[in-house]
Amino acid sequence: MSITVKIPAQLRGATGGEGAIEVDGSTVGEALDAVFEAHEGLRGRITENGDLRRFVNVYVAGEDIRFQDGLETSVPDGAELTILPAVAGG
Amino acid sequence: MTATGLKCKECGTDYPLEALFVCDQCFGPLEVAYDFSGIDAAEAKRKIQTGPDSIWRYSDFLPFDGRPADTLQPGLTPLIKADRLAEQLGIGEVFIKNDAANPTHSFKDRVVAVAVAKALELGFDTVACASTGNLANAVAAHAAAAGIDSYVFVPSDLEEQKLLATGVYGTELIGVNGTYDDVNRLCTELAQERGWAFVNVNIRPYYAEGSKTLAYETAEQLGWKLPDAIVSPIASGSLFTKIGRGFNEWLDLGLIEGELPAFHGAQAAGCGPVAKAFSDGHDVCRPVKPDTIAKSLAIGTPADGPYALELARETDGTISAVTDDEIRAGIRLLAETTGVFTETAGGVTTATLTKLADAGELGADDSVVVYITGEGLKTLDAVRDGFAMHEIEPTLESFAAGVETRQTTAV
Repeated sequence: MSITVKIPAQLRGATGGEGAIEVDGSTVGEALDAVFEAHEGLRGRITENGDLRRFVNVYVAGEDIRFQDGLETSVPDGAELTILPAVAGG
Repeated sequence: MTATGLKCKECGTDYPLEALFVCDQCFGPLEVAYDFSGIDAAEAKRKIQTGPDSIWRYSDFLPFDGRPADTLQPGLTPLIKADRLAEQLGIGEVFIKNDAANPTHSFKDRVVAVAVAKALELGFDTVACASTGNLANAVAAHAAAAGIDSYVFVPSDLEEQKLLATGVYGTELIGVNGTYDDVNRLCTELAQERGWAFVNVNIRPYYAEGSKTLAYETAEQLGWKLPDAIVSPIASGSLFTKIGRGFNEWLDLGLIEGELPAFHGAQAAGCGPVAKAFSDGHDVCRPVKPDTIAKSLAIGTPADGPYALELARETDGTISAVTDDEIRAGIRLLAETTGVFTETAGGVTTATLTKLADAGELGADDSVVVYITGEGLKTLDAVRDGFAMHEIEPTLESFAAGVETRQTTAV
């Protein structure tokens, strides 16, 4: 299944400048693993001991995966997965 | 300039003083780093006391060379000794830091003044923000004062008063169909695509520094002393942790003596992810979907939550949550005992003060500073139907019959 993973500006140094990567996978975890296989430099920046780092947010079709099943959240074919830094506001 | 660079709060990686906000190694937030070693405490106090009546009297502790031009001059708001409130709650001394007395009536003028000054210095010609309302007011006003363009993004269901008090400044006001967290995500994406200074995204390390001035003012207004405890609202956790940073900087430099006050955080039960993590003993917050009348605190994914939790625990403080009814009662209690009319966030803070007093966390030996961050006129729905107006004819008889008789009956 094809998923588009959107890479934030801060991480594009590790993808050769690419802002979007097409991968296969049925869950967020599988999709991210596929991204890491293509760009190993991203693994340690996005995850720590197999979990998302605490200031990394991941969205499937705009919905925060922490409201769903985390890395187990299923990703429908053709969906967009967005990685963004957590930013405080007010 | 005392600011030396930006530093990642998580892994310590250094960055230059540019429009950067996130560490590209670990995604941690960046914070301004300083070298205060050239500052003499006595000289610094003299300089502050002869400085302008605004946050810019503390410019040596902000990331600028000298004092930026700023016509709105926020800060130096009143610190009110609230004896009747203290007596009613059985607390030794209560001081209300009334930050509604700012140019756009909330503490956000402090952070926006710093952010807009830095944006201009970095060469931006447009500022923007994701906001729950108060920030929207402040960004629109400060952009107008500086003569630059602005884009303000808010949840479309925001209180009407906050929408009107934004649009009036001639900003591009964008109502997003979603929660604040949706607005924030959109702006984080937009900040990558547009060359604008999003004050709470790509300029955030500078913006957040503005909150330290609340700590400096508190210490100066108390006669260069610290209270035993503070109560502050928590939305993202930025204000709460920056008050801690401001006190710590002055303790390290010897401008004040003693130790950090107990830090008590206040959240609404309908959006209390930091309070929940505190009571559960967790060091990270599980996000929530907000459902509370305290819309200015309705951030379900508080990015500075972990740091707020650390600060409350280190100082023997607490973080708790209050219901919407308690918030309404808090607004009334503050208004009736101090003459200060606050918005829902101040209701959260006052209700939390009440709760801490009831639980014996604060008592007759304590001096407490309560941070009232916004103005009651911006959230009028919260006090609607809370009291009745006497309607009479313009005659003495009607007054006597319509008001005095009823008062006698009521007693």
